[in-house]
Parts: sequence; C-alpha cells; structure tokens
Amino acid sequence: MFSRKLGNQKNLLSISISINGKEVKVLPNDTVASSALCMGLSHTRTTAISGAPRAPFCLMGVCYECLMTIDGVPNQRACMTTVKEGMCIESQQGAGELL
Amino acid sequence: MSHAQYDIAIIGGGPAGLSAAVQASKLGADVVLLDEQASPGGQIYRSIEQQSQQHSELLGPDYQYGKLLVQHFRQSATQYLPESRVWSINDKREIGFTNPHGTHVIATKNIIIASGAMERPVPFVGWTLPGVMNAGAGQVLFKAHNVLPSEDVVLAGSGPLLLLLAWQYLRAGVKIQALLDMTPMSNHFRAIKHLPRALLTHRYLRKGLSYEWALKRAGIKTVRNVSELRAVGDRKLETLEFIVKGQKRQLNTQHLLVHFGVIPVNQLSQVAGCQHHWNDSQQCWRPDADKWGQSSLPGIYISGDGADIAGGKSAEYAGNIAAIHSLCSLGILDQSQRDNLAQPYQKTLHDDRRVRPFLEAYFRLPSTMLAVNDEQTIVCRCEEVTAGQIRQAVQSGHTDNNQVKCLTRCGMGPCQGRQCSPAVGHIVAFTSGKDVEQSGFYRARPPVNTLSLQELASLYPEEQE
Repeated sequence: MFSRKLGNQKNLLSISISINGKEVKVLPNDTVASSALCMGLSHTRTTAISGAPRAPFCLMGVCYECLMTIDGVPNQRACMTTVKEGMCIESQQGAGELL
Repeated sequence: MSHAQYDIAIIGGGPAGLSAAVQASKLGADVVLLDEQASPGGQIYRSIEQQSQQHSELLGPDYQYGKLLVQHFRQSATQYLPESRVWSINDKREIGFTNPHGTHVIATKNIIIASGAMERPVPFVGWTLPGVMNAGAGQVLFKAHNVLPSEDVVLAGSGPLLLLLAWQYLRAGVKIQALLDMTPMSNHFRAIKHLPRALLTHRYLRKGLSYEWALKRAGIKTVRNVSELRAVGDRKLETLEFIVKGQKRQLNTQHLLVHFGVIPVNQLSQVAGCQHHWNDSQQCWRPDADKWGQSSLPGIYISGDGADIAGGKSAEYAGNIAAIHSLCSLGILDQSQRDNLAQPYQKTLHDDRRVRPFLEAYFRLPSTMLAVNDEQTIVCRCEEVTAGQIRQAVQSGHTDNNQVKCLTRCGMGPCQGRQCSPAVGHIVAFTSGKDVEQSGFYRARPPVNTLSLQELASLYPEEQE
C-alpha cells in the first residue's frame, strides 16, 4: 500500500475521479497511476496472455505495465496521464476492448 | 512536408533539453520544445514547479537546483509543447507527435534529441509481481506526488540511485527493512584504478559516502554481495529470497524497489536511422555522437543521458554545447563565436565526467546477471516470454535479437521491447558465445509510441468523410 503525506492540507485534494466505480479525491498534479496506488489498488491490469495481475513498474512511461481504460479508451499509460475532474478510470482486463 | 517551421526542435524537457532551449532561444533561434510530461524538469527535476519549499528540501539540494533551470526556461522565448508524445522522427527532420491539441507533423532545420535515460531492466524471478517496482518509480511517487510506501520496504540492486532513494526515504520516515547491495565485491578491484581521476570530482563520492553514513547511523541493514534475488508471492509480492555468502536468505515484505543502473532511451535516435554502437563501460547501446552531440545524420543532435550516461549536470552542459553547434550550422553564429561560447561548457563537462569511469567500473553488472540464468524468468513482460524460450530460439540457430523476436514474440507487446531488449541481447550473446554487440538490437519502426488509428487519420482531415 501507498499513502500520501499531506498533514492538515487535505483541502488540496480538489479533484474528484472515479477508479473502478469508486469516487476518490486527488491532487491536481496527480497522475492516474499515483491516484490508483494511493487508493490501494493492488493491480491496475491483467496481462493479455496469462491473465496475471500487474501494477505500475517504472512510472515514467517506458514499461507500459500501468495500461488502464481511461474515459472508455483502453491501453492508456496511467503514469503519463494527469488526472482531470470527473475522469472515469477502470482496470484493464487483458488486451482491452478494441472499440 | 518540406517547409521548416522551426530552426530547432528539442525533444525532452530534462536538463539537456531545457538548457539547449534556453541557450538557443537566447541567441535568436526559433525553438520548439516537446516533452511527454505536463511540466518541465525531466525525471531528475520532476514536478519541481509544483513543490513546496519543505518538500524540495526533503529531496535534497541537487533537486532544488533544478528550480533555476526551469525558471530560465520559462523566461525564454521557446515554444513549449508539454504532454506531447513523439511517435516518429525521420532523416528529413520531420517529427510526428500527439498532444492534447491533436496529432501533428512538423518540419525543422535541426533536432536535438534529449530523451534522457531509463532504468536498466534486469529480469529476475518474480519481477512482474505487483509490489515490485523500480527505485526510480519510488522516487517519482515521492518527488512528484508526495506518495510513500505505508509498510516497510526492501531496496535491492546496484547503482547510485538506490543509495539516493534510501537516503530520501530515510529522511521522509519510510521504514527500510534492508538494502540488498548486488554489486559484486570483485568490482572494487576493477574500480580502484579509476579512483585517482574520480577524486578530482570528489563531490559525487563525498555525497555517496554521506548517504552511506546516514543510513549506517540510522541502523539500516545493508547486506552486501547479494545474488540470485527472487520475488515470491501469490498475485503480489510476499517474500524475497536471495543468496549471501552461499547461504539462502529470506525476507518478508510487500514492497521491493529495484535498481540496476540507467541506460539511454534511444527509440527516437533509432527510428530516425542514426548509427548506434555498444559501449562496454556503460553496458548499453548508445547513438553515435561527436563532441558537439552531432549524430550520424545531418541536423540531428543527441544530448545528455540519451547519448552518454553522465548525470544531470553533464546533461546540462551537453545541451548547451549541442545548441551552440546547431546555431553555428544554421548560420546564426560563426565558428569562432561557437568555439568561444562552447569552451566553458566543454571544460565543465570534461571535469564533471571525471567520476564516471570509476562509477561505471564500481557498479558494473556481471554478465551472468544480465543474461538471466533462470529459465522460468519472464523476460518480455508484455508477451510473457521466458528466458528459457529465448535460449531455445538461440539454440535452434537464431542468433540475433530480431530473429529471436520474430520467433518468440519477445518484444512485440505495447512497450515495443523497451523492457526486454537489453536482456535479450545478453541472452543471445551468452548462449551463442558471441559479444553483445554482435547480437544487435531491435529495429525501431514508427510509431515508436502509442498512436491510435483515429489520431493518425486526423492528420488527413480532407480524406475523412
């Protein structure tokens, strides 16, 4: 699990997003990956081959392990996507739906 | 497309790219800078504009230094295009990229590729389990988002970043269960001959030692000469197994942060068609670049860690040097102006680099580790191809990386070989008894970054219904 050190500045969590149907409050400069890790998501996708669970690994856009479905679009790198108010994020199962 | 819209396009917003942009725009060039991140700083000075003073101080003075560089960049006349992922460069210096405003192709007179470095992927048993993460990833979470592991952590691998993260975690109050140093003891002898030269740039060595002392004072357990690291668990990390002095040891943890040095991110120089060579001291493929950062292709420069792993300061000097040479090639500076302007940067770059041969020898990874001796280990994280399958392909006569890729699908997933290519090269070389440079590297083809058909089609609106 990961947690955020904010002390008494909880008011900074000004953005609302939804991850796997759950509403979470995050910081404006959060990425989808940092938000998912903070909410305690143990894995963010399953693999297309064996269905094994995977979680963010590099957090700098080079491993493509954190692929998630963001606002209906599959295969988005969660670590390279900055959150936006109302964003709807889902863990990706396998290769993700094409259309 | 033939009309050049810019004098210089810079790709990457780390120290090399930012300093090149500041230098080139100051001297009157028309400059555009494209970067994948939402704000300037690269990995080293990531999210520096958003951080409170208190948080920056926790990360240390080297991080805070980046503030000034980013300020200068913001004050410059550079056109800045954040959140832009470049998916193609060609030898006509056309750049294809996608950002929140759409998909674009621009033509430029010169390109400076400043795409920086990534952590060297070294596959080991269980490295795909949730709970295992790169040390750099741990640092990104902390730097950019103030996010830290809630439970205790184990750090493992070899390289300066591992020590830096341990020091930063210690200051931030993260409980470090152990630091597993996988640097082979035999490296100490290998490195000693480079020590006198490294002492001329002793600030790096002093810094490393001060981190070590701080960890020691805090009672952090450092286990040296660790080998055969394995991450074990059911659907997530639960236990680490490893060998020390011939003995099998075990630690229970939910968080493992690994680091095995850094290598250039060179998809862009590869897709452009630049020549590359194997650098044995840095154990990686690097684009050919002369002392000005000029690649084998006219008008394409490569600068910073993307050309030569030498750290943030050196990258800054190299960015300035490439920009100055580029301005001369564009006729904005004459040769004597170029030489006068570049001289101080060349001197500081030379001085800053003096520590490198020592660090490279000290943190050199053994070829047995790079060539993944456990058959069951997944090498290609995307297509789940194991070391055993790759070895089998080599034994059946496929002795270069691209043949192995064709046969096994290793490297055909979304990361396009970024995570498996180095290991495949070592496995092919080790199994076939060749040198790594003979096994080659995966050919890069555009798009080298994700690009949807819709994004591609949007380049031709008149042909859409």
